[in-house]
Amino acid sequence: MAGPGPRPGRPSRPDIVVTYLGRRLIGAVLMLLVVSMVTFAIFFVVPLVAGGSSENLAARYVGRTAGSEEVADTAERLGFNDPLPVQYGRWLKGIVAGDEYDLGPSVERCPAPCFGYSFINRSPVWPELLDRLPVTLSLVVGAATIWLLAGVSIGVLSALRRGSVFDRAAMGVALGGVSLPIFFTGLLSLVIFSYGLGWTAPGSSFTPLLENPAQWAYNLILPWVTLAFLFAAIYARLTRAGMLETMSEDYIRTARAKGLPERRVVMKHGLRGALTPIVTIFGLDVSLLMGGAVLTESTFSLPGLGKYAIDAITTNDLPKVMGVTMLTAFFVVFANLIVDIVYGVVDPRVRLG
Amino acid sequence: MTAPAELTVAPGAPPEAYLEVRDLRIHFPTDDGLVRSVDGLSFQLDRGRTLGIVGESGSGKSVTSLGILGLHNRRNARVSGQIWLDGQELVGASPETVRRLRGKTMAMIFQDPLSALNPYYTVGDQIIEAYRIHHQVSKPAARRHAIDLLDRVGIPQPARRVDDYPHQFSGGMRQRAMIAMSLSCDPELLIADEPTTALDVTVQAQILDLMRDLQEEFNSALILITHDLGVVAELADDVLVMYGGRCVEQGAAETVFNAAQHPYTWGLLGSMPRLDRDVRTRLLPIQGTPPSLITPPPGCVFHPRCPYAERDGIPCRTEVPELVPAESGHQVACHLPPAQRREIFTAEIAPKL
Ligand SMILES: Nc1ncnc2c1ncn2[C@@H]1O[C@H](COP(=O)(O)OP(=O)(O)OP(=O)(O)O)[C@@H](O)[C@H]1O
Ligand code: SF4
Ligand SMILES: [Mg+2]
Repeated sequence: MAGPGPRPGRPSRPDIVVTYLGRRLIGAVLMLLVVSMVTFAIFFVVPLVAGGSSENLAARYVGRTAGSEEVADTAERLGFNDPLPVQYGRWLKGIVAGDEYDLGPSVERCPAPCFGYSFINRSPVWPELLDRLPVTLSLVVGAATIWLLAGVSIGVLSALRRGSVFDRAAMGVALGGVSLPIFFTGLLSLVIFSYGLGWTAPGSSFTPLLENPAQWAYNLILPWVTLAFLFAAIYARLTRAGMLETMSEDYIRTARAKGLPERRVVMKHGLRGALTPIVTIFGLDVSLLMGGAVLTESTFSLPGLGKYAIDAITTNDLPKVMGVTMLTAFFVVFANLIVDIVYGVVDPRVRLG
Repeated sequence: MTAPAELTVAPGAPPEAYLEVRDLRIHFPTDDGLVRSVDGLSFQLDRGRTLGIVGESGSGKSVTSLGILGLHNRRNARVSGQIWLDGQELVGASPETVRRLRGKTMAMIFQDPLSALNPYYTVGDQIIEAYRIHHQVSKPAARRHAIDLLDRVGIPQPARRVDDYPHQFSGGMRQRAMIAMSLSCDPELLIADEPTTALDVTVQAQILDLMRDLQEEFNSALILITHDLGVVAELADDVLVMYGGRCVEQGAAETVFNAAQHPYTWGLLGSMPRLDRDVRTRLLPIQGTPPSLITPPPGCVFHPRCPYAERDGIPCRTEVPELVPAESGHQVACHLPPAQRREIFTAEIAPKL
């Protein structure tokens, strides 16, 4: 803008923004460290506290068929007998620089970032996570776009026509959307649209977007809509409540008094305030789902991160579970960072600093 | 409008004044009954003149001003009567016609500038928006206009402050910005609804000075709504006293102050703070509570609180007093004989003021 330089005594806006961003970034990194410690504790310390020994732990890694001697040997070689901070340090170092696992007969490389090594599969976890990520990403991005657009527009219309047939119907459906579990709506939609009408793919297949966009969308449309239905319902209710609140603000009356057309009053002055809290919720919802939309992926047999985690849990493959957990934590911390920054942009009253 | 035919007065004579309000009624159907917030209000106002509307809280001042601007929601308000603005009737006009006049020909200044300004947009954006909605000008030109206006209403460093958000302004500056916004299209009619109530005393005086200067400069018709008679005494040419949605006394400011004729006005004058008196003795609030607007008292609406009700057998409890011309060119709605009113004012009221 044309403002001639910073006001005396006040730091200029860009300076504030840079320090704000810097602080937020440092905060996010610290947060990740804390989260990684907690995750580490859950997977390594809690079983020990609960009476398990390092041998028990090792047994889980090598599988139950191994003899006790072999197990003890493995525990020693994998460092389960080292002090905890050492183990944590090694684990952290693995993420940055990679790690090696001495399995006796062979030494396996786990290149950086080493998010764990699955002894059951004899493979590092990270490449598998990378493999699954596009599936979850496709699912979540598509569903999020649908639920954001649908939820917000339905919420706005409901608020503007409060008490009308549309409002009642929309809020009734929304209540259903909020209270029906996804495996129910998912199976129902599979039965109707896929097996019954044959309109959509029955799931269990994923085509990368770049390979065949039409096929990609065709395979995902049902999971998208099912997942979006749940969230659209929540967002419609939130938007409606927010719009009812902002549309009764004094500044809406001012906007009308200026002679703005009603459309403009609603879209520019009403929606802005109503959307601010939604930004936060949206960031957190998306990031949590990015760690695996477990129910949706299981219902539609989509080979994403959520399915990966579930499969790992059933086979007791701890390193995999831990890898997904860490990745989810990373998404959440990252989303928080983004939300904080966006919030500073969206709401000018938020003081940067 | 959907107003019942019998409430609408026939067009009658063409208006003489710039603004002519005839038998304005604004009723709100609610669950408790029909709220008659404004019930048969008539007045005239010319350009360059200031009309002060005074009355207690709930007497219908704001409802009247919003009615003139056409800001009542047609779904929950019933508006009838006539509002002639520069020869054009507004109650029967299409919403779109009234919208185009809003902000351009007639503008409004609201009571609380903090809530009346949108916190999400800069002060400049909001002034620019008010200007551009009625004028085909480029953004930079509108911005220059906004800076001009801010300068005119006494904002220091307007070229910088134009990019500030409302929360970065002090209360007085916000009200100045609000005034700048309402002046952006050189309105011919300006309605100020308690423009200084939210401000502290020294700032109040500055804002009133500013409004007086600007009115002279723009030669606009000004309606000044307040429950503070001191403000009216300073600025108004004419005064309209409202009680329970009706006018009880109306006339030139000088006559109303120096020869008030209605018992309610006497009460207001008695409750007017004066600096030369001790705080405890200078305020004589009117006894009793404001009337119900759903089931107003029969006869004179003021009778339950009036010390002169039924004096010498006048029919205060049964007959509604008409607003009739009294001496010295003002109009009064009271059953007391004029001679008696004059006598009471000189003997009992004037000495206490
Ligand atoms: N939309 C509405 N529905 C029902 N009643 C309403 C509505 N708007 C206003 N009223 C009622 O109309 C009456 C007059 O209100 P109004 O705001 O005009 O009073 P006022 O004279 O401006 O008072 P104040 O000095 O407190 O601003 C009040 O009793 C109010 O409750
Ligand atoms: S008409 Fe009667 S009650 Fe009403 S103000 Fe006059 S004296 Fe009082
Ligand atoms: Mg009011």
